[in-house]
Amino acid sequence: MKRIYLDNAATTKVDPRVLNLMKKFFTDKYGNPNSLHSFGIEAREAIEISREKIANLINANSNEIIFTSGGTESNNLAIKGIAFANKSKGKHIIVSSIEHHCVLETVHWLEKNGFKISFLDVDKYGVVNIEKLKSLIRRDTILVSIMHANNEIGTIEPIKEIGEICKDYNILFHTDAVQSFGKIEIDVKKYNIDLLSASSHKIHGPKGVGCLYIKEGTKIEPILHGGGQEFGIRSGTENVPGIVGFGKAAEICKKEMKNEKRRIEKMRDKLINNILNIENTRLNGHPKIRLPNNVNCSFEFIEGEALIGILNEFGIAASTGSACSSRSLKPSHVLLAIGLSPEIAHGSLRLTLGRFNTEKEIDYVIKKIPEAVEKLRNLSPYKKRW
Amino acid sequence: MNIAEQYSKLVMKHFKKPHNYGEIKNADGIGTVGNPVCGDVLKLYIKISKNKKGKEIIKDIKFQTFGCIAAIATSSVITDIVKGKTIEDALKIKKEEIIKKLGGLPPIKVHCSVLAVDGLYEAIYDYYKKSKKEIPFFLEKAHKEILERNKKER
Ligand SMILES: Cc1ncc(COP(=O)(O)O)c(C=O)c1O
Ligand code: FES
Repeated sequence: MKRIYLDNAATTKVDPRVLNLMKKFFTDKYGNPNSLHSFGIEAREAIEISREKIANLINANSNEIIFTSGGTESNNLAIKGIAFANKSKGKHIIVSSIEHHCVLETVHWLEKNGFKISFLDVDKYGVVNIEKLKSLIRRDTILVSIMHANNEIGTIEPIKEIGEICKDYNILFHTDAVQSFGKIEIDVKKYNIDLLSASSHKIHGPKGVGCLYIKEGTKIEPILHGGGQEFGIRSGTENVPGIVGFGKAAEICKKEMKNEKRRIEKMRDKLINNILNIENTRLNGHPKIRLPNNVNCSFEFIEGEALIGILNEFGIAASTGSACSSRSLKPSHVLLAIGLSPEIAHGSLRLTLGRFNTEKEIDYVIKKIPEAVEKLRNLSPYKKRW
Repeated sequence: MNIAEQYSKLVMKHFKKPHNYGEIKNADGIGTVGNPVCGDVLKLYIKISKNKKGKEIIKDIKFQTFGCIAAIATSSVITDIVKGKTIEDALKIKKEEIIKKLGGLPPIKVHCSVLAVDGLYEAIYDYYKKSKKEIPFFLEKAHKEILERNKKER
């Protein structure tokens, strides 16, 4: 059976152009970039070229890019690194309530270690409350960390406004841009961003590599100590093939963003419009201000894991925020934060598009989703009510 | 998590083609139970008649489930197990039997099989109640426990 991959927010297929470039860094140019011989020098050069390509994508300088092992590490480094470098100034940090677990768990850990955390809530579309942000800021606030775009519902946050507020109050601003990086425009200068996290495997690059942008002059404590690589901020021999792949992936994104965005948005809207034609269905996240590749809907009277199960039988790979598919049995914190009842959160479906999805695939999916929903609703005790 | 791999073949088989789903219009007993933690809901309908020896049997049984793959599969399998059984024997069913019949369940999904057993107990309890029969002590006790389980957290 032909399989259709609609879980590009989880991870993506490596672009063949990326893979092609990476290969020789496993087989020929395998030197340690810290070595002084020709093997080392060619590896070093490759890393610096990648650094420049990534800096280019977000209008940063290349000495402001630190390579890491991915989005999780970048977020940990940003938040812990800033917290520990500034703890004499204050111990208060503000994050949104819909951050990725790697941000939420990091601030929970900091809380256990004497820091004070405030959680900024969101409206029914998942947009953070800007006025509330101002009221949460205290004299000892050192950092605001708010994601650029949400990984579950796709809502894009007003980071330009947040950047301005942070600048006015002289507070550092970090944004987790793992889902938006390479998909929509980001300008760290224009948006007053001090730190930004990105990850390679979400943009058709390899897994296990990412970066943290740190604005020049920002004091940060490393969390990995060792040989002093990456300007002393992130020790450990660099993942050269990964970094090369990440750089190439970023370069392709920059070159193709405009057309890709339009193409993918069109498929997204086709999916949304067709899904909303099914009775008792709602769109989660902002109707307009959302990632070009994100669809998140809730279907009443059915449960997400079962829906994923049937779609999987149809060859369609999707994801859900339902409790039943998670380890905790609690529905997604994001869906609850936007005010969905646990029952509705239970019946959610996330479809996320990528570079390799085609119009033809979408046509198949919009035929199969109503079928799957109908099948499960026929099993549901709530059937009579709709 | 790969959904199909997480579950046994038998679970997926029941999930894909559930047995005995739907509603019995003039049911003799209906059991409605919900898991308060995950939010899943199961409704079991039973139809009772007597066998040749004059013992009451579950002549027909149907289910409706709002729930995960395991909830649907356990609902389907419990209907298979008890259909045609005497009430007496049906009440002997344990979740372990259901899990075994399904070739196992992931640990976090064991509670889905509890839902199925609870649903059956409640349906039989409802039948006793409606037909004004004397309710055995252990069934009364089980009923109270189920109500407690359903209440928590919601
Ligand atoms: C918003 C967001 N932040 C962080 C991460 C973690 O990134 P990585 O998988 O590279 O560690 C993800 C990926 O799931 C994400 O969606
Ligand atoms: S019944 Fe709760 S997860 Fe299946």
